[in-house]
Amino acid sequence: MKEIKEKHAFLMRWTHWVNFPALAIMIWSGMFIYWANDAYGISIFGITYIKFFPEWFYNYFHIPQRLAEGMAYHFLFMWFFFINGLVYIVYTIVSGAWRELIPQKNTFKEAWLVLLHDLHIKKTIPPQKKYNAAQRIAYTAIILMGFGSIITGLAIYKPVQFYWLCWLCGGYHFARIIHFALTIGYVFFFVIHILQVALAGWNNFRSVVSGFEVIENKEKVKEEKLSEHGTAD
Amino acid sequence: MEQPTKKKVKAPLSIEQKIKRRNLISFGVFFTFGGGAVAGWRWLLHSPEETAGITGGSKQPLRRALNKTELFFRNFFSNNHLVKTYDKERAAKTVRINSLIGIEDDKDFDEKNWKLEVRTGATDSLHIGIEEIKSLPKTEIVFDFKCVEGWDQIQHWGGVKLSDFLSHFKLDKLSEKNYMGLETPNGEYYVGLERESVLHPQTILAYEMNGEQITNDHGAPLRLIIPVKYGIKNLKRIGLMSFSDQRPKDYWAEQGYDYYSGL
Repeated sequence: MKEIKEKHAFLMRWTHWVNFPALAIMIWSGMFIYWANDAYGISIFGITYIKFFPEWFYNYFHIPQRLAEGMAYHFLFMWFFFINGLVYIVYTIVSGAWRELIPQKNTFKEAWLVLLHDLHIKKTIPPQKKYNAAQRIAYTAIILMGFGSIITGLAIYKPVQFYWLCWLCGGYHFARIIHFALTIGYVFFFVIHILQVALAGWNNFRSVVSGFEVIENKEKVKEEKLSEHGTAD
Repeated sequence: MEQPTKKKVKAPLSIEQKIKRRNLISFGVFFTFGGGAVAGWRWLLHSPEETAGITGGSKQPLRRALNKTELFFRNFFSNNHLVKTYDKERAAKTVRINSLIGIEDDKDFDEKNWKLEVRTGATDSLHIGIEEIKSLPKTEIVFDFKCVEGWDQIQHWGGVKLSDFLSHFKLDKLSEKNYMGLETPNGEYYVGLERESVLHPQTILAYEMNGEQITNDHGAPLRLIIPVKYGIKNLKRIGLMSFSDQRPKDYWAEQGYDYYSGL
């Protein structure tokens, strides 16, 4: 028999879906700003392997010469990104949901097993609660990354008034590099996230909109056993 | 599912019905808000451009946001927050020239005829020569000059602290106004600065660069060095100084940039 199993709280879903367009616009407008001084690339021994960004990239996304516009969008949507992130963090702390989220002692070991499982190398997966070990790491990391973007962003935005933040980020240059690298990180996260969601299927996707999953009763018994295991250690 | 039976007893929903109902509600809300967000975004993308005036070149809502954000961040401004300074050895020997607006098209400019005009009233002005300015106590600063484009360079400037200049020429009363406006002699480049940044202890009227006279391309004979602002506000070759309670015109604010542009 089918059963409804509550999964994601309303605020968690809300902040997830607000964050998606807010972050997308931050990345888009950030590109306009970065373009004006696109100094970054990866060079080893004087040979440049990757330049951020190649000419075709700018042409494709119509990025050239929109610095002022980019800044105007960036400094509006930073508020949405920040407030939304703050709501999520406060909610997670107050509700106690952080317990299901932050990595534990054995998480890093287990995450490896999850990876092997996801790559179809291993058949079994370690017992888990709401999030598996890899998810714990990924979803905690992404929050830390968001926090990092706010801090480094402020350090670049007001390096005199928030001189201590700038100092904390290792100076103006380094803050700008971290800010940029985190953005590249979001893009990687997004690609893997989308892939995983596609593989996980409809039931999982729906739970981030409607909040629940539909499970078969048989599985429920099994899952209860598993979660007992999970809490045992 | 115990309910006080008033009217007809409703049959409890089956699991299937519950699932269906919650799906309907949640996806209904999801697509409504999603649609709203898309509509909001399209509205912003197609929102009208602001009427060109003191500021221009930006969309109306974005300009409003820039101005509101300015007010928020000005709360953090303090004269105790100083820009980081460096040893002289670290200053760039070749100082970057990013733009010559207001200078390059002024072929007739002759430094010998230059005087700084300070507008003190509707018809009154002070005219101050460079020697008079150089006789004031000198302040030097080696700091990381930051361009709005994203590059920066450690530079060494010397001149008179703007607040010293103002009190020496008895302009204290005028400088209590909300803004100072500066213009190049030909009026092609101009900036507006709010009082706090003008009076910041690291804001100087510079006549020296790397210990020598400023060259023409860097704004000889006198330019503004204001480390609490992006480079766009560091006006070269000051011709006119004025005070007002309203925002004076500002070259880059007319082209979509934030009026404040503070760091």
